[in-house]
Amino acid sequence: MADRNAAAPQTSTPSGAQAPAIELIRVNRRFVTPDGKSMTALRDFTMTVDDGEFVAVVGPTGCGKSTTLNLITGLDKPSGGEVRLYGKPVDGIDSRIGFVFQTDALFPWRNVVDNVVAGPLFREKPRTEAYALARRWLARVNLAGHETKYPHQLSGGMRKRVALAQTFINEPRILLMDEPFSALDVQTRVLMHEALLALWTESGASVVFVTHDLEEAITLADKVYVLTAGPATVKSVYRIELPRPRVAAEIRYQQDFIAISHTIWNDLRDEVMKGAARSEAAV
Amino acid sequence: MSETLAPPIPEFRPGTSDAEIEAAAARAERKRRLTVRFWQVLLLVVLLGGWELLARAKIIDVFFFSSPSAIAARLYQWITQGADGTPLWFHVWVTIEEALLGFFSGFILGILAGVALGRNRMASDVLTIYIKVFNSVPRVVLAPIFILLFGLGLTSKVALSFVMVFFIVFSNAFQGVREADRALIANARILGASKWQLTRSVIVPSAMSWIFASLHVSFGFAIVGAIVGEFVGARHGIGVLIQIAGGAFDTAGMYAAIVIIMVVALAAEYAVTIFENRLAKWRPAPLAETH
Repeated sequence: MADRNAAAPQTSTPSGAQAPAIELIRVNRRFVTPDGKSMTALRDFTMTVDDGEFVAVVGPTGCGKSTTLNLITGLDKPSGGEVRLYGKPVDGIDSRIGFVFQTDALFPWRNVVDNVVAGPLFREKPRTEAYALARRWLARVNLAGHETKYPHQLSGGMRKRVALAQTFINEPRILLMDEPFSALDVQTRVLMHEALLALWTESGASVVFVTHDLEEAITLADKVYVLTAGPATVKSVYRIELPRPRVAAEIRYQQDFIAISHTIWNDLRDEVMKGAARSEAAV
Repeated sequence: MSETLAPPIPEFRPGTSDAEIEAAAARAERKRRLTVRFWQVLLLVVLLGGWELLARAKIIDVFFFSSPSAIAARLYQWITQGADGTPLWFHVWVTIEEALLGFFSGFILGILAGVALGRNRMASDVLTIYIKVFNSVPRVVLAPIFILLFGLGLTSKVALSFVMVFFIVFSNAFQGVREADRALIANARILGASKWQLTRSVIVPSAMSWIFASLHVSFGFAIVGAIVGEFVGARHGIGVLIQIAGGAFDTAGMYAAIVIIMVVALAAEYAVTIFENRLAKWRPAPLAETH
């Protein structure tokens, strides 16, 4: 725990003087589908992420988990309620945010190092400095030597690591991840968990990690939010008291992990069934 | 508990070592290539030879069909003595020049217009119907109008080439911009891209794959535009050669001009393919696996 506090610039106690990194306060999100129907994705949704905290969001498929992330980035606006970053309402895309997508959001026409260097160059860093930084980050994700390859020449896990380097190079204070590893095979996923935890521990960023994989959520997070089936609201919040640093490759067979997993799954299971029943029923 | 293994099977049957099967595969491939070449050459000889024989035996009328020897003779005459008072290379050069000028101007302006309209929803919604209307006119009918407007010289042909290339490249660029991957755009915006940086670093490269798809077709059309323009009215060019030959009932001349067009078009195809390959190295090769 000590390393994370050291990395975070200010006190990270929930009742401390500093505002939470992210707050969603009674948020509603409603939009009109292409068919012209009104659809409520989120209702009365309240979530808090403290500075330096790793929060996971799990829920049945299609319940609106990704919508929460879009509201935090400022790409979407809430229909009701408020979204705040460090106490201030969200207004446009905040430069302190980093985002890792589920699909490959690498630029396929650029090679690896040109992809990683995109963030600093967009933010007007001088080229030599930016490229040196990019090479350091590639080394940190164990991709040194692959700088001139193109994304299509890399495996899924390697592409994900390039995406992580591309995001972390901007040193985001807030990291949003939308099911980033769900497209990878299970074995690669474990390696990614290790990589992510290592990068996160050093950076001290506040994270919102959306996933449908409960065990992934428990492995990584300090706090897990369980959402109801759509229109989604928060069903329950669980604090994960497993000690850090966590070893992703071993943790799922520890007794305390299994106990927590069982508890939360019992909660989530109902929502999964409800969500499935609803989507299979005719409109 | 480990199991006892069966007696080891000999690794390779005699005559099937790695080196041997590789050599056998290479031999089979060479043989296949030679067979294909053989049939290609045979087909050519049969067709040309047959044509020549039929012409000489007066089974087909030379007036309409000409013969390979007559076409070759006309080509030789053009090469050594020029055509219609001008050297042959000059005619060919004029057509190529018109096609190149039309192609590059149409290409660049097509991309600019396609990207501008693709980025601006309102403008594209308003203008699309008018573009559709203009697009429906076969552009070759514009040739006489351009001759009236620009005269018999280079400009009218370049204009026709330009118009043919522009609409193809424009619609491909427009489509490419519209179809740019939203995740890439979102990613770039979050990484810090301004609207201009977004257009330059994400939208345009995204649209390039659509634009390259149209490269071969549009270059072909550039040549068509130049030649058709020359048909309608010109002093020099391959189209002029065809027209003069036609006017003089010189069928050998007409076919000779067609042979020249074939050579030019193939050379252009080849050049475009090389250019395309160099720029497309970021694309996955078809059927390539990365694991």
